[in-house]
Amino acid sequence: MLKIRVIPTLLMRDVNLVKGPAFDSWRAVGSPMQSVKVFNRRDVDELILLDIAATPKRCGPDINMVANLARECFVPLTVGGGITNIDQVRALLVAGADKVAINTAAYLTPDVVTKASEQFGAQCVVAAIDYRTHASGARECFSHCGIVATGKSPVEWAKRLEELGAGEILLTSIERDSMMTGYDLETIKDVASAVSIPVIASGGASSYADMQAAVEHGASAVSAASIYLFTEMTPLAAKAHLASAGIPVRRHLQD
Amino acid sequence: MPVLIVDYGMGNIASAQRSLEECGAKVVVSDDPASVSTADRIVVPGVGAFPKAMERLNAIGWTQVLRTAALVDRLPILGICLGMQLLADIGLEFSETPGLGLIPGSVERIVPREQSERVPHVGWNEVNPVGDPALFASIPFGADFYFVHSYRFIAKDRSHVLATTPYCDEVVAAVGLNNIFGTQFHPEKSSKVGLQLLRNFLALKI
Repeated sequence: MLKIRVIPTLLMRDVNLVKGPAFDSWRAVGSPMQSVKVFNRRDVDELILLDIAATPKRCGPDINMVANLARECFVPLTVGGGITNIDQVRALLVAGADKVAINTAAYLTPDVVTKASEQFGAQCVVAAIDYRTHASGARECFSHCGIVATGKSPVEWAKRLEELGAGEILLTSIERDSMMTGYDLETIKDVASAVSIPVIASGGASSYADMQAAVEHGASAVSAASIYLFTEMTPLAAKAHLASAGIPVRRHLQD
Repeated sequence: MPVLIVDYGMGNIASAQRSLEECGAKVVVSDDPASVSTADRIVVPGVGAFPKAMERLNAIGWTQVLRTAALVDRLPILGICLGMQLLADIGLEFSETPGLGLIPGSVERIVPREQSERVPHVGWNEVNPVGDPALFASIPFGADFYFVHSYRFIAKDRSHVLATTPYCDEVVAAVGLNNIFGTQFHPEKSSKVGLQLLRNFLALKI
């Protein structure tokens, strides 16, 4: 049976690993290289690496940095931030990324999702959706690292991204991100039931029980950042919890 | 002699190279078909779409060189993910495209049976070898390997299927015919069992 993936996400700005509650007040919390090495040693299911400064600064992905990090990473690696064209996608794959995450460019030039999918296959195109829930309860997608309102609803946009050729959805609740208040289960459920591609839940994990709930609401993978950096929780223990709840997780071969 | 990684502009070449080196292999990455003469094993990696990949292999002149290396010189060849799919006679991604024609079969889109089975098939899934193939020596039955693909290999002859994975009925996880092998999963991204499989490939005596 296909296993539910437990994925640490690393957010980077310039050369730093950063954290910013609800996409705000970003501060440096460490070095990406050190974290990649630690998570590689812990043999995690997959890693997501997002450069949050690339799009606001209008620079493309830092290919050299990705190549350096990928050299230390023997687990599947998804890289995002600042991608606007398929030459960058190719360069990231050559540098050692297994998948790329596309967010802002999908709103501005939806064609980039289709072209990447046609050239490199849907399986390596992760479409990232950042959304906020307004006081009215309406949900709206934001581009440019949570800054620009797009008028699109996450459910409709996820369906459109699937049509364009995305192979996975990375679904992040902006106001829950880094807050450790639990995932937005309702939106996970709505998006996962609207598309037939895998959905990665992101934003708000505070406990292993939150991850279990996200899976029970349709997520194929659960991503988290803060809890792995600032608490004693680990991806391995998360999987032990999921397994005890009857959720299939990858077994690790003993040395 | 080194292992040649075929670079046709579509692979996660760096990962495959690092993993093979980790297994002790000397690796040459080349986009020049003439480099086959200096290698004693060939790895065809691949992330991408079948028609584009064949277009590139044909354009650079790899297709005939790989067929000769496999069928005449009988060099051990390992296709990974898309690289395994390219071994087939024909691919049905976007359009009908002839493959390398090294293992009889076709490549078709995975059809889910229920909503919980999503396509692409992304993540870790168990691999069940059929019989006792040398490629899976020292790897436990049912070990989890990393998959990321939307199409699957349909082998014309079941005896060419070396391993299967239970997903959407069945995904052929590995194929083999004489000196020609393919894995649908990514051994270079499958942690310890993946490295063991690459070591097995490097140790094959053909």
